Amino acid sequence: MPDHPPTMSTEHSVGMVEQVFREERGRLLAALSRRFGDLDLAEEVTSEAIEIALEKWPVDGVPPKPGAWLMTTARRKAVDRLRRDKTYAARLAVLQVEADRTGPAPAADVDGELPDDRLQLFFTCAHPALPAEDRVALTLRCLAGLTTPEVARAFLVPTATMAKRIVRAKKKIREARIPFRVPAADELPERLPGVLQVTYSIFTEGYAASSGAELQRVDLAEEAIRLARILHGLMPADREVAGLLALMLLIHARRDARTGPDGELVLLDGQDRGRWDRAMIEEGHALVLQAITGPPGPYGVQAAIASLHDEAADVATTDWPQIVALYDVLLALVPSPVVALNRAAAIALRDGPEAGLVLLDELTDEPLLRNYHPYHLARADLLQRLDRLPEAVAAYREALETAGTDPERRHVERRLRALEDDC
Amino acid sequence: MKYLLLINAAVTPEGDVEGCTPADWMAYDKEVRDAGIFVSGESLADLVTATTVQVDADGRRTVTDGPFAETREVLGGFYVIDVPDLDVALDWAARCPGSRGGSNIVVRPVADFG
Repeated sequence: MPDHPPTMSTEHSVGMVEQVFREERGRLLAALSRRFGDLDLAEEVTSEAIEIALEKWPVDGVPPKPGAWLMTTARRKAVDRLRRDKTYAARLAVLQVEADRTGPAPAADVDGELPDDRLQLFFTCAHPALPAEDRVALTLRCLAGLTTPEVARAFLVPTATMAKRIVRAKKKIREARIPFRVPAADELPERLPGVLQVTYSIFTEGYAASSGAELQRVDLAEEAIRLARILHGLMPADREVAGLLALMLLIHARRDARTGPDGELVLLDGQDRGRWDRAMIEEGHALVLQAITGPPGPYGVQAAIASLHDEAADVATTDWPQIVALYDVLLALVPSPVVALNRAAAIALRDGPEAGLVLLDELTDEPLLRNYHPYHLARADLLQRLDRLPEAVAAYREALETAGTDPERRHVERRLRALEDDC
Repeated sequence: MKYLLLINAAVTPEGDVEGCTPADWMAYDKEVRDAGIFVSGESLADLVTATTVQVDADGRRTVTDGPFAETREVLGGFYVIDVPDLDVALDWAARCPGSRGGSNIVVRPVADFG
């Protein structure tokens, strides 16, 4: 293949190159994993192709079809590697024969048009045979295109720990032979929630970090949204995929208003709604409509709830009866104490603090809620509203003990101080 | 690719596997053989017939009765099947009567030193 003539000036190239890599890395990995049946080989030659591009593109310019250029280069590298290492090649050949026995042959590449195999890779990375933490790490590494140190930073673990985790996961994929395939239609209801769960857990870690100095880690939330956009692009008709993307957009739209000037936590009732991201809310609304046309799934229902919050001018005029009704639907779909907690909080706003508190107190023996900061904070708030101040102080103290991040702790401390001044 | 399906059967005090009949096992065994994936497989005799052997550093042999079941599940049998990938192996494990009624199946790839 002749080199393409330069199309960009070199000063644009470095930034452009990085942009292309972020976008193309997952595609390349997916296509090469599928072709050679080996994630390690795919990663190795993807990195090599990117290194070559980093040398050549700033000099020669970015080729008109950067993705196809990278794919061709990576594929050549893989063939070279297999020529050098015959044992490896023989093993992969056996794999390939067996893969062809079960699956349809990979789609032939049309010139310049890469087949998108990323959906296969999503299902492999989120395979239930892998430990939950490895699923998240692999998805960020392989599909979001984060480097291992970036994934390690995202989960606040040393790079070496994360590298070991990723190596372990890839070893299991290779040696237990977890396939690169999209589950058949009848298996999808069982397997898709796992993929969505991985994506959503990346988002929730970004939205409310479980520990650390900062409340939100916007970069991680944005990675999750990016992943959900890719998934939505790959499965445009799936309502739960639309619901997941909608949910994340509708929550992320409030990011700027969730923290004050000093990084302190601002709850929904105190947020400056003028700082909510209207464009993101609009996009979320459109997706909610798709998600709840037909029997909704858990993400669709949660997105519909988030959408009602985002529509309201303030807490007082929020459509609480509708929100409570949606929580009833959600509780039937996902009977979890956390959903019951949120429903109780919505009932407190519909019917008053007394009604909410009764429901919260029914949940007091739930092991999942015992160390759950939002539970104690919600209880403290309702007790305070009911003027049961000594009990409120005790509940705030429990909220303080269970807070994971510094802003959460400071928020409770502030409220506790104000309350003690009143007593 | 070969996978070992280790059948950890939940047994009743009478020694029967919970929730399935001999006919279920025979039907499953026939399916595995008809599918052409059967490599080997055995059903194990009751755990009270088990004996443990251990040889120490001096070459002395110790023979003891047991082991005894510490949980309700005991290793009741196994299959080795030859299928293309883990998903297919998991499907066969899920179809086995030994995955139901409190029993479970551990799927282990057979190491390939080839």
